[in-house]
Amino acid sequence: MTELTDLGIAALRDGIRAKTFSAREVADAFIVKVSAAKALNAFIVETPEHALEAAKAADEAVAAGETLKPLAGVPIGMKDLFATKGVQTTAASHILEGFKPVYESTVSAKLWDAGAGMLGKLNLDQFAMGSSNETSYFGNVVSPWRRGANGIGARDNAPLAPGGSSGGSSAAIAARIVPGATGTDTGGSIRQPAAFTGISGIKPTYGRCSRWGVVAFASSLDQAGPMARSVQDCAILLENMAGFDPKDSTSLQLPVPDWETALSGDLRGKKVGIPAEYRLDGMSNEIAALWQQGIDWLKDAGAEIIDVSLPHTKYALPAYYIIAPAEASSNLARYDGVRYGLRDLPEGANLQDMYAATRAAGFGEEVKRRILIGTYVLSAGFYDAYYTQAQKVRTLIAQDFENAFSICDLLLTPTAPSAAFALGENADPLAMYMNDVFTVPASLAGLPAMSVPGGIDKAGLPLGLQIIGKPLDEQGVLNAGLAIEQRAGFTARPEVWW
Amino acid sequence: MSVDTATVKKVASLARIAITDADAEKLAPELNNILGWIEQLGEVDTSSVEPMTAVIPNILRLREDVVTEGQQRDAILANAPQGEHGFFTVPKVVE
Repeated sequence: MTELTDLGIAALRDGIRAKTFSAREVADAFIVKVSAAKALNAFIVETPEHALEAAKAADEAVAAGETLKPLAGVPIGMKDLFATKGVQTTAASHILEGFKPVYESTVSAKLWDAGAGMLGKLNLDQFAMGSSNETSYFGNVVSPWRRGANGIGARDNAPLAPGGSSGGSSAAIAARIVPGATGTDTGGSIRQPAAFTGISGIKPTYGRCSRWGVVAFASSLDQAGPMARSVQDCAILLENMAGFDPKDSTSLQLPVPDWETALSGDLRGKKVGIPAEYRLDGMSNEIAALWQQGIDWLKDAGAEIIDVSLPHTKYALPAYYIIAPAEASSNLARYDGVRYGLRDLPEGANLQDMYAATRAAGFGEEVKRRILIGTYVLSAGFYDAYYTQAQKVRTLIAQDFENAFSICDLLLTPTAPSAAFALGENADPLAMYMNDVFTVPASLAGLPAMSVPGGIDKAGLPLGLQIIGKPLDEQGVLNAGLAIEQRAGFTARPEVWW
Repeated sequence: MSVDTATVKKVASLARIAITDADAEKLAPELNNILGWIEQLGEVDTSSVEPMTAVIPNILRLREDVVTEGQQRDAILANAPQGEHGFFTVPKVVE
């Protein structure tokens, strides 16, 4: 018999409705797995009581014959960037250690209203800054994958990066200790970890999901989205996360489509663009082959493939590394040791000294590095040369996409330039930033984009394909994701070593 | 444009982050490396381009100018590192 923890969101939801198993059984099974997986370091805080409470409510509703909520009794993981009322929310930082919000983020509130339960708060890169989960104050998340798993490639026990920043989410889903989780994506933080761990994840159009109660990194880019083991599960979670929120001034005042019901892997009549500029010099043969495989799958699903050009692609990463740190330096100014979080007050210190000491002690190296870059590019004399120029280049990048979408419906690219690397292997900050080369452009343009597993490399590690859609066309993105999922037949999974 | 340790210290002070001389020595080449790389944006001709202000067209909504929530002093102070008599407290700023 299949273990309950092998089931995804849809199967758990349907099984609870059909009384095949109880929500309590589901919660118990996942709680056991979570507590047995400490070696992954995927959780900062475990909240079994929250999951059990949601299960109890679901089972009572089943017993009473009531109409069940969309996610009744389904337990999930919550990235520790979402404020959860009464439950420690740290953004994986020391400066917010012990912070217990007195409010609930809109996205998490929506999920609880839909009947979901919380297994715990998932680890991440500190303030969502990183591509490997090596910047958390609470230690690295370790991917459940290992090179040479399932007899493919040479065996190697080096701990691998689960991707970042939503690495706790990706590791927990791939290890089957949660069926799905929330992520946030600023420059690829849902898609790249999904690709590294062989799962799916979608960043919706900017403004679909409320940012209210999500610890801010770069406000014009940050967007929440779901991560799960199937495209359908992503659609279900996204439906229950998205929606207008008057508390977020950038929230889109639009109805949430019924993405799950409209899912179809039939792409007849769709044109998929292949952007020439994503074929980087020195792209590995494996990534190139995966991309070609993806093209063939989409053709098989009925899509017409066309070549497109996004001429400003090479400027996306440098523009991102001006805009994101600039916004971060402003957003993170709120951590000053006065209203919440850590306070470091050296003997005889004045107010300025207290701010400086608190922030020095409370922020990690990467966070400080980005705040300093952001402060520098915004400082007097440099603002126009850096920030204004980056925002102009951002306009050009968005126009590139607009032009491409005048002749095609979707774009297909690899998600990341490589499979997961070993923790500690990518020590140079600039080299680490290059990991986001394929995901950042869509973030700068606010477009919906998804990663789905496409295959495994010669070391037995997962590789992802990225689909980018027009603004608000999550349905098109999910449908193309489903077409790939149906043809890739990705069933590889990490062997349990934890 | 090259950043020296004095500049790093100045930027750190603007950012309200205490750094040691050793930190500044270490950070200067790192920041130079990153800033050198992002300077390639200068080669893009943007003379006829408007900087982006909103990534997705959206109307900035206004709400009524009324108090919507209030009476939450305890909740607001709940996570304060130090609070007294219903206020946040900080080191003395007035001599």
